[in-house]
Amino acid sequence: MAGNVFYWIVFVGTALTAIFAAVMVITRRSPIHSAMFLILNFLCIAVLYLLLNSQFIAIVQVMIYAGAIMMLVIFVIMLLNVEEEERRRKISASPAQIIGVVLVLILFAQLIYGVGVYVLPGEWSEFTRERITQIGDIKAVAGLLFTKFLFPFEVASILLLVGIIGAVILSKKER
Amino acid sequence: MMLSQYVPVLFIIGLGIFFAVFAVVASRLLGPRRINPAKASPYECGMITLGPTHQAIPIKYYIIAMLFLVFDLEVVFLYPWAVIFRTLGVFGFVEMMIFIFILLVGFIYIWKKGALEWE
Repeated sequence: MAGNVFYWIVFVGTALTAIFAAVMVITRRSPIHSAMFLILNFLCIAVLYLLLNSQFIAIVQVMIYAGAIMMLVIFVIMLLNVEEEERRRKISASPAQIIGVVLVLILFAQLIYGVGVYVLPGEWSEFTRERITQIGDIKAVAGLLFTKFLFPFEVASILLLVGIIGAVILSKKER
Repeated sequence: MMLSQYVPVLFIIGLGIFFAVFAVVASRLLGPRRINPAKASPYECGMITLGPTHQAIPIKYYIIAMLFLVFDLEVVFLYPWAVIFRTLGVFGFVEMMIFIFILLVGFIYIWKKGALEWE
């Protein structure tokens, strides 16, 4: 019982911090400040993954998203030098932003519908919470990734290869 | 709940925040503050910067970051593979070698292209 109360305190605290950070990301004028709040948001989501017994995803979330991808985002901000430009620009509703808001509302409605109507597969598939706790989260991920989802895994390497070649072609001048 | 296992992590995070806040607050409270123009300047020695300081950085930083990200992702796949390596056997070894080989092609490509050179 005490553990359950602790669980809920951690969940509500992390969820509210994540929402706060997300709001800060879209309201800050300086892109660097937005990026910092995005890191906070990613860390909160990592804690939410831990609450769902997904340790591997939580580690990847911290390492890849909060670490590597945010580093890339900050590099791009510095590369484009948007800092001064963004400060001067007035915030006003353009057609693109209105369409964006409508799309986000549709996505949100779908999420609410999906969570409300469907039972999430984790609860009724062979990988129940008890099973994951017993065999270990990483073994569960690995067992599926390298057998059932072998083809998507190998295709991922080609996707990474495309990323490498794209980065080189975009940034490297022919000599 | 398995959540109690993370209490040490929470403790470390708390300790980290405390240490950072303590260092700032303590130096603020204890240190004397006698400011003169030379002390308040961004660099005590050297020239005061002219013009905007937010300069666009060269693109060569970007490519290093991008390539780091790609090979970092490769390592993420190696981790679950290493955990069940023994149960997968030869089959697992071959599939990971294919994965690494495809990325090795990319590595040789960026090497030959000179993308890792700092000019």
